[in-house]
Amino acid sequence: MAEIRKAESLYDWFDQRLAIGKLNKVLATEYWVPKNINFLWAMGVILMTTFGMLFISGLFLLMYYKPDTHMAFDSVNYTIMQEVAYGWLWRHMHAVAASVVFLVIYIHMFVAIYYGSYKRGREMIWISGMLLFMLFSAAGFSGYMLPWGQMSYWAAQVITNIFGAIPFIGPDLVVWIRGNYFVSDPTLTRFFMLHVLLLPLVIMATIGLHFYSLRIPHVNNQEGEEIDFDEEAKKYKEGKKKESKVIPFWPVFMSKDLFVVGVFLIFYFYLVGFHYEFAMDPINFVPANYMKTPTHIYPEWYFLWSYEILRGFFFPIAGLKPFTLGLIGFAIANGVFLILPWLDRSPVVAPAHKRGAFKIWFWLMLIDMIGLTIFGKVPPNHVYFVGGNDITPWFGFTFTIGFFILLFIALPLITRSERKRAGGAK
Amino acid sequence: MREFKILLVLVFFTLLIYWGVEPYAHSKMHHKPKPADFKFSDLQAINYKGDPAKGKTTFMNAGCVGCHGVKSAGLPAPMTKEAAAASFGVAPPDLSDAGLIYDTKFLKNFILNPSHAFLNAKKFNANKPFPMPQFFGVGEDKNKEVSDIVAFLKSVAPKELNDKETFEAACGRCHTVKYDKWTPLGDTPKFKTKTEKLAFDLKVSKYQDHLKKYMGAMPPDLSMMIRSKGREELEIFIDNPQKLLKGTSMPRVGLTKESTEKVINYLESVGDRKKAERETLIPKIIGFLIIFTLFAYLWKSKLWREVH
Repeated sequence: MAEIRKAESLYDWFDQRLAIGKLNKVLATEYWVPKNINFLWAMGVILMTTFGMLFISGLFLLMYYKPDTHMAFDSVNYTIMQEVAYGWLWRHMHAVAASVVFLVIYIHMFVAIYYGSYKRGREMIWISGMLLFMLFSAAGFSGYMLPWGQMSYWAAQVITNIFGAIPFIGPDLVVWIRGNYFVSDPTLTRFFMLHVLLLPLVIMATIGLHFYSLRIPHVNNQEGEEIDFDEEAKKYKEGKKKESKVIPFWPVFMSKDLFVVGVFLIFYFYLVGFHYEFAMDPINFVPANYMKTPTHIYPEWYFLWSYEILRGFFFPIAGLKPFTLGLIGFAIANGVFLILPWLDRSPVVAPAHKRGAFKIWFWLMLIDMIGLTIFGKVPPNHVYFVGGNDITPWFGFTFTIGFFILLFIALPLITRSERKRAGGAK
Repeated sequence: MREFKILLVLVFFTLLIYWGVEPYAHSKMHHKPKPADFKFSDLQAINYKGDPAKGKTTFMNAGCVGCHGVKSAGLPAPMTKEAAAASFGVAPPDLSDAGLIYDTKFLKNFILNPSHAFLNAKKFNANKPFPMPQFFGVGEDKNKEVSDIVAFLKSVAPKELNDKETFEAACGRCHTVKYDKWTPLGDTPKFKTKTEKLAFDLKVSKYQDHLKKYMGAMPPDLSMMIRSKGREELEIFIDNPQKLLKGTSMPRVGLTKESTEKVINYLESVGDRKKAERETLIPKIIGFLIIFTLFAYLWKSKLWREVH
């Protein structure tokens, strides 16, 4: 056992028992981050801030929310939005943060792709990040059901129905997920459990894993330069701060992040107060009615790209029905990013603008996913005509095929030739 | 400079996605309806001035009082709301406020041919006639006579109604607003006993059964309508429900622009009653954040000067 002296201060008392001084060094003041970064490196802290706001606003909402199909709608729209002091604020904050968090996740993801931060030892950072994306998606979907409005109900009906197409077990699986033959009270209460207990727990654990996975390979930098962190940290501690290529997480890195977080929060609160319709669909202010299907059912914007892949196929290929093809595509699309580090065959870690063909691939990928997102919301038929022919489904089909070609054919080919060139140069 | 360029790229793609999934996609889902027509251009112009005194006589002689009350003129409703609903499907309105809240041209046309002005004629036929008969006149020029009746209704109407009173007169016989405790039989009273509550609920329930049969579907509760439709859409919808919901049995009731605004104000005061609080609090939060961000920037500049 360590030798315990009479404490000189409260800090000392804790330090002797919990080594808080050392902990602080390891986690903050001597946790080294590259200096050569831009504000895109603040997305992680923005995500933590947003998750924090989701968590806290969620706690307050939980005090008044009633997970019962007869009470859910009114507990949200009357009790919380009108009766409870500042209930509306927590609800607006929660709903808008749930939407904006995906914007930041997508930025975070595309930054990692742009700078090649998913390979050469950083695979676990990428994979744990993708797991977080999936968990957030599950949390978003389960939470969307809770206000029990028309869109809550019908989105749940459509999405749970997808599982019915799985061979053999499909129909039973749907009933098992719903807890009934159709979306109803047991569905609501189990999604409530997932949303307020299981998913937040797993998300927090996975955030821990995500942070931990950064420890060994370290944070990437703007040029993809390999840095000897021990060497550079030594320089910094010796006072050669300008010369060193690293900065401590606290206070230098965080001072910049707090500024970026401030800018983000201004934008966020503007949305909370004055521009929230994109995150709080007007149709969801109509109580759920299983007798009345809305004219258009669509998921929230962050699910649209994969939803468009689901409905992108509209004619049979190789004897497979369009719906089956869509389902396979949907399943692959939701998992494919996990294996991105292996679809990229090149060891080069550098920003896309220094990687030739990869740069073009990156922007095409971004445009393809935005295309999928937009056409995922446009009705699938009878929108665009050429010479009397309905060409609407071809948009979704083209972007869907484009998505798979880019990931499974273009990326491996481009990066393989890059590997050969890099190998030759060495 | 590089950071600024990155920011521009970020803003561009964010706005592109927003534009695509909100205004653009929605424009492909719903065709933008024409704005509200408070002139009721499809109805015929009847340009008689009308004499209130004559109008009152015509009103009595034409049998209007057989169904309608006009409390402001000392004419009580001939039946209770419940009994009237059992006979007609919905209680005929008391006409005290009609001269104020409804458009004059609309009223004249309505009296002449109710379901034509309502725009829900398809719901009615010889077997299921509209409960209010057409007005064929009581001996003179019927256009002149309806002008007199309307002049009479205007003469007994109050100078002004508040938002809720306008709503009650125009919409309250069919719709509930449970977040404001409104029922088609009036505000839900305070009950002393459970029996009183059950008796009231039963009365409302019976009324709604007749209503549902008459309309073909239960008219929806309007508590959150302001958030699901918004002011603009509500204005167009109230002015002419068929424009946004073709085939609906909800009638065009002929409210003036002022009265329509009052109805919408009322719905906003019920469904979005924290709007004012929201619009004063959020700018304060943003103000705080601007100060926070400025200090954060100064601190960042100080620390990064040491490392650059």
